[in-house]
Parts: sequence; C-alpha cells; structure tokens
Amino acid sequence: MSGKYDVLVIGGGNAALCAAISARRGGASVLVLEGAPKFYRGGNTRHTRNMRCAHDAATEILTGPYTEEEFWKDLLLVTGGQTDEELARHMIRESKDILNWVVEQGVRWQPSLGGTLSLGRTNSFFLGGGRAMLNALYLTAETLGVDIEYDAEVTDLVIEDGMFLAARVKRPIGGATEIRASSLVAAAGGFEANIEWLKQYWGEAADNFLIRGTPYNRGAILKMLLDKGVQEVGDPTQCHAVAIDARAPKFDGGIITRHDSVVFGIVVNKHAQRFYDEGEDIWPKRYAIWGRLVAAQPDQIAYIIFDSTVVTSFMPTLFPPIAGATVAELAGKLTLDPAVLEKTITDFNAAVRPGTFDHTILDDCVTEGITPPKTHWARRIETPPYLAYPVRPGITFTYLGTRVNKEARMLMKDGKLAANMFAAGEIMAGNVLGKGYAAGMGMTIGSVFGRIAGREAAKHARN
Amino acid sequence: MHGTRILEETDRLMTVCNSCRYCEGLCAVFPAMEMRRAFSDGDLNYLANLCHSCGACYVDCQFSPPHEFNVNVPKTLAVARAESYAAYAWPRALSGAFAKNGLVISIVAALSMAAFILGFAAFNDRAALFGIHTGPGAFYKLMPHNAMAGLFSAAFLYAILALVMSVRAFWRDIGEPIGGRADGGSIFQAVRDAGELRYLHGGGVGCYNEDDKPTDRRKLYHHLTFYGFLLCFAATSVATLYHYLLAREAPYPWWDLPVVLGTLGGIGLFIGPIGLFMAKTQRAPELLDDNSYGMDVGFIAMLFLTGVTGLALLLLRETSAMGPLLALHLGAVFALFITMPYGKFVHGIYRFAALVRYAQERRSES
Repeated sequence: MSGKYDVLVIGGGNAALCAAISARRGGASVLVLEGAPKFYRGGNTRHTRNMRCAHDAATEILTGPYTEEEFWKDLLLVTGGQTDEELARHMIRESKDILNWVVEQGVRWQPSLGGTLSLGRTNSFFLGGGRAMLNALYLTAETLGVDIEYDAEVTDLVIEDGMFLAARVKRPIGGATEIRASSLVAAAGGFEANIEWLKQYWGEAADNFLIRGTPYNRGAILKMLLDKGVQEVGDPTQCHAVAIDARAPKFDGGIITRHDSVVFGIVVNKHAQRFYDEGEDIWPKRYAIWGRLVAAQPDQIAYIIFDSTVVTSFMPTLFPPIAGATVAELAGKLTLDPAVLEKTITDFNAAVRPGTFDHTILDDCVTEGITPPKTHWARRIETPPYLAYPVRPGITFTYLGTRVNKEARMLMKDGKLAANMFAAGEIMAGNVLGKGYAAGMGMTIGSVFGRIAGREAAKHARN
Repeated sequence: MHGTRILEETDRLMTVCNSCRYCEGLCAVFPAMEMRRAFSDGDLNYLANLCHSCGACYVDCQFSPPHEFNVNVPKTLAVARAESYAAYAWPRALSGAFAKNGLVISIVAALSMAAFILGFAAFNDRAALFGIHTGPGAFYKLMPHNAMAGLFSAAFLYAILALVMSVRAFWRDIGEPIGGRADGGSIFQAVRDAGELRYLHGGGVGCYNEDDKPTDRRKLYHHLTFYGFLLCFAATSVATLYHYLLAREAPYPWWDLPVVLGTLGGIGLFIGPIGLFMAKTQRAPELLDDNSYGMDVGFIAMLFLTGVTGLALLLLRETSAMGPLLALHLGAVFALFITMPYGKFVHGIYRFAALVRYAQERRSES
C-alpha cells in the first residue's frame, strides 16, 4: 500500500464494492478501506436480501413488469414527496440496467423467498442473501485487482477547497498512515450505530433503540465530510427503522428479529392503547415506518397482539410469541394493565365490520367507529391462546447525508461541486429518501450510485 | 425436547434459519425446512441427511461464527447425520460400531485378508498359492468357485438385510404419514438428484471446502468414486452371469466386458478416493465433524484398497503374485461388504431415502 491510488473507496458494502468494481473497470487503480474486520465486512449489506429495480417485463425471477413510472409513484408515496425528483428518476432509470450489471459482477438472483409478502413482482432477491451477494462482489473486485484492507479505520480526511487530498488511516498492523488518491468515493454508511449521535436528536429515547446492523456503522466519514464543508441533506431524525423483537441483541440481530405480523393483529403501547392504523397499506410499503412509530411511544416499547388463528399467516419467528389463555393472562405476562388491554381488544372487536380477508390486496376488512381505525385486514381477536410479540425500534440506517448530483458528486455548502469527491449508498440516501421506505430501495441506491460514483471517480482520476 | 444435544442444537439452528430463509435457493435442506414450523427428531434427521455438506450456507450466512447466533449449519448437520447412522443401525447392538468405525474397519479388513490367505493355503498347498495359474478357472485353483460365491453371498445378503432394516427405521421416522410408501416419480427424481449430486453445488456457484472461495472439487471425486464403485459392481455381476449362464469362467481377456468394466471402475476407485481424502484433509476445521473423521477415512480407504488391489490383480494375474493379490482383493471386498451397514457407506442410502422423501414433499406441495 504505497504510492498514490487513482480512486480511494471508503466503506465495504454494496455501494463501496460497486464503486470499486466500476472504477477498476474504468481503468483506475483502486483501494477499498473497510473499517470492520473481514467477517463483519459490508455494513448493512450483509443483512439485505433484495433490490428494487424497474423492469418492463417479467423475468425468470420476477413475476411481472415494474415500470419506471410505477417505481416513481411508489417512491413518491412512501416519501410523501420528500425526494429530489431529478435524482430519483435518474436512479430509477439506471436501476433497469443494474439488474444485469450486478449479475456481470457475479451476483446471482433468485425468486422471492418463501413467506415474504408481495415482493415477487418488484424485488429481485439475492441467491444466498446479502452476504452471498457481498462475497460475489468482493471476489470480483479481488480478481480485477482492487486492493482491499480490513480493520482500516479512517481517522481524518485531508480536504482543501472541496478537493480531497488524502485520508489518515489507523490499522491494527502497520499503525497510522496517510493515503493519497486522485478521487474519493465515500460509501461508509450512516450513523445508526452511534447512539451518542442519535441522542442529539432523539434524547434518552435512543438508549432504547436496537441497531439492526453491525456496531461499525458509526458515521465517522459522514461527520468528517459535513465538518469539512460538504453540504448536508436530509432530516437527521429520519431513518429506516422497523419494529423488531424487544428480546433481540443490541447490535446485528439482522433480518430474523423482525416481525411481519402487524397487519394480522393490533399494536398497543405500554398503556395497552392502540396508536396507529395497523392496516394502512401493503406491508412492504409500511414495515419501515413502525420503528419510528414505536420510538414515539412511551419507553419505546409496543406489543403486537393477535390470536391463535393467524399464527401460520406469517413467517415463523426467532423468538416465540408470548402466550396467554385469556387476554388478562397475556396482559399479566406483558406487564400491561389487564382491564385496559381487555377494553382495547373488546372495543376493537366490536368495531370490526364483515369483509373478505386477503392479505395480498388492500381488502375490505375494516373497523368503524374507533380511533385510530384499522383500514384493511381487520379481523376480531377472539380465539385463545392470545399471543404477543414485544417490539422496540430497530434502526437500520439513517437518512442524514451528503448532497450529491446525478454524477454522485458531492456538493459543498457554498453550492459548488466538489472537485473529486463522490458518495454512494446510505451516506447519500437522504437525497432520494426524505422519509419513508419501500423494501429493497437501500440496495438500489447503493448499486446505482456506487456504479456511477466509481465510474465518475475513475474518469476524474484519469483526466 | 429432543433425544440428544445435537438434535437440540439442530432444532435451534432450524428455528433461526426458518425465520431468515436467505439460503432457500442453495439446496434442498432449506425448502424442506420451510415446509415445517416445528421439528420432530425424525424431521431433524431427515434434514441432516438431505444436506450434502457443500458449505455454501456457512459462507453466505450473516450469523455464522463469530456472530453471537453461532449458526453453523454444515457442521451441525454433519454431526447430526453421523449420529443418525448409529441411531437407526440394525441390530441396535452394533450401533456402537460407527463410533469407532475406523478401528473396526481396519481390524475386520486385516482379519478378512488374513483369513483369505490362510484359507487359500488350507485349500491348497503353498505351491498353489504362489504358483502361476492362467486360463479359465485360474482363480479357482486357489479357492473353489462355489466356496467363494457362498462366502460372498452370505456377506452380501447380511449387508442387504442390515441396511434394509436400518433404512426402514429411518423412513418410518421421517415420513408423514408414518410409513408412507414412495411413488415411482419421486424415486425417479431422487435417482436423478443423487446421480448428478444436484445439491452438491452451492446453489450453482460451486462448493466450499478449504476457504471462502468456491473451488471445491469433491463433486468430481465423488462421481469418480461412486461410478467407479458401480462399474466394479457391474463387472462382478456380469462375471457371475457369465459363470452361471454361459459357463465361462474367470479370468477373462482384457477386452471382455467384466474386465473393461472392472478396469474403468478400478481407475475411478483409485483416483476418486485419493481426491476425497485430500479434500478431507484440507477441509476448513469449522466445517469438519471431527468425530466422524475415522468413519469417513475408513470408508475411503476401503474403497481405495478395493480398487487398487483389483487393478494390481489385473496387471499381475499371470505372475506368481496372482495368488496373494487375489487373496488381498477378496479380503478387501469382503471387509467392505460386512462393514457396509456400520460405516460411511450408509450415507448414500440415507441420503437417497431423504431425497425420495423430499421429492414426495415437493410433489404434494405443487
């Protein structure tokens, strides 16, 4: 690791590897600095399973077309319009070709996994999951001659007038060193694992957050860039956060601690009260708001409550449901007020109107006369045993990021383009995602902007 | 609660995996797991025997060690698989043979060979044992054909009986409804899946053995070994038919069917086991079930010995070494047969039964 590289990529996930491969294929010499040890390489990519890409026709693994326009409408819906239209449309257009491009980089697709709700048409699944995808990208990068270092903690960036000069790196073997490169791709993720930073916006509530990925996503690179004049984008409280089992480990519980049972029951807070429409929309468009909803409840805890009739309607869970022969017994086990929980369920049951249940569409099973309503999939909870999952906010990734243009080039606070700095992945996701989420978009952002950033960084370095 | 600690651990892992399912495209184990929400002992033994140990799910798993969830499916299923062989062994009194199988095989093999050499010497004088015999019936100057056939038939029939009884117990345990019969379509599917080692391919990218790169060649070596074994078996069968139907006595000329089949098979049994043994010694320790090392290597060694003595016999059958080599070869084959029901050989039988069951389940799902 001597001399000067054309392109330095900081980070080791999907966005970073796509950037590294794309830059290397563009003729650049490339170094990837991954802060985590080899096993934990790749940040949240390790835990992903699919990517949302536009396509005009069904494929071997996708059941039907998903047009650019439909993708755009979905994005508009989940973000409530808080997105950069030009950038987002560009990403969606580019996502079509990504379906083939990542296959050329060794990634393999498979049809949607058994038990995953309603994703077969829109989302392409990685054969073997996100770590398999990551392994394929690393293998390709190594074969192409990309240099990769693990446990490489970047401690400082030398940036002058929007121009990246060098990175200071601390490594377990070899100690501190300075690495110069002609261009920089920052693909080092959000700050979701940095509880102190989260506390700046969430206060003490952040102590009750569980982090779904590795403890290495501390946002150090993001912070350095923002401190050194890069323009920020996004609301620092916005993030991809889902309701995960309260019994999950503090870090890296991944996919298996998640619960997909919300639409099949009701959700109450520690006062045994409902607080949001559990049947607002199809689950892949709504699962990523439940983390924030639970975060807003007292003590950041909630309970998904359902009865024995729906147990096999969703995927089996890592942690078994807590069961009670009566509502009161269940309330006792959850340390909820039994009288209040009984009233909540009785009121809910009384409000359920007759309908034809179908979890795959926005069906006509609704409640009437209660607040909040449950606008789809509402069925009485009346067949013991009564069951519950305790849930807490599980933070996947944060949306605060660096502003970029269509070339993935960073913008400085004064509105000028950075000379040689590019960003891809979670670190710039806030450009597209002002709030909300639709399954698989994080990987779309990573692959599309990773590929662009690598290409542009190589182009800059070789000019 | 399960009967053993390894089944407890297998249950824990299958519960983790069933809430993830990222690996469902890699092989048959995970789709079969997804058809269940809870696992009986029989279910777990079924899944353990469906696993071909390609290693892909370990390399692809975000929860494999050092992650605190400690998910190591290939190794756990390998241990469970080895224990299942003992659990279903017939008669039960001999199930302990699996545990010290390497030793048992060595002793049985040594005794068999000694017995054959001594037997030859007893039937004949030393001159016959070390004499040069050629032409039809040359082998039987050492041991009369009927004695040879009787001895091997007895060993073979015992092996068949013990295997049938064992696999019956396994089939009952993994089947729902209990003791369900296999249909022709499922058996045909399983023959294809086993014949091409469909699930030893890491989901398409290849298998893992020594590291996290899919460079494993075990599939090739297994094909050489397995088809080598089948060819040798075919050679013996054709020769038996020649003997009884056409009254043509061994040895046969080099171009005759039994010799051609046996030579090709012998070459497979020579190269295949060497490759499998090398792969075994290079296998990453985190994927390896240490306790079954003796059983695995014992079986590989017996196959190799069968192949190598057979080839040597072919090359030197017109010299004075023919007698001792024939004794060695017959001793190796005899030892292979009688240890079959209590060694690694059974992996093929149980895996085939599991593949039939899997084919059944897939058919009843669609």
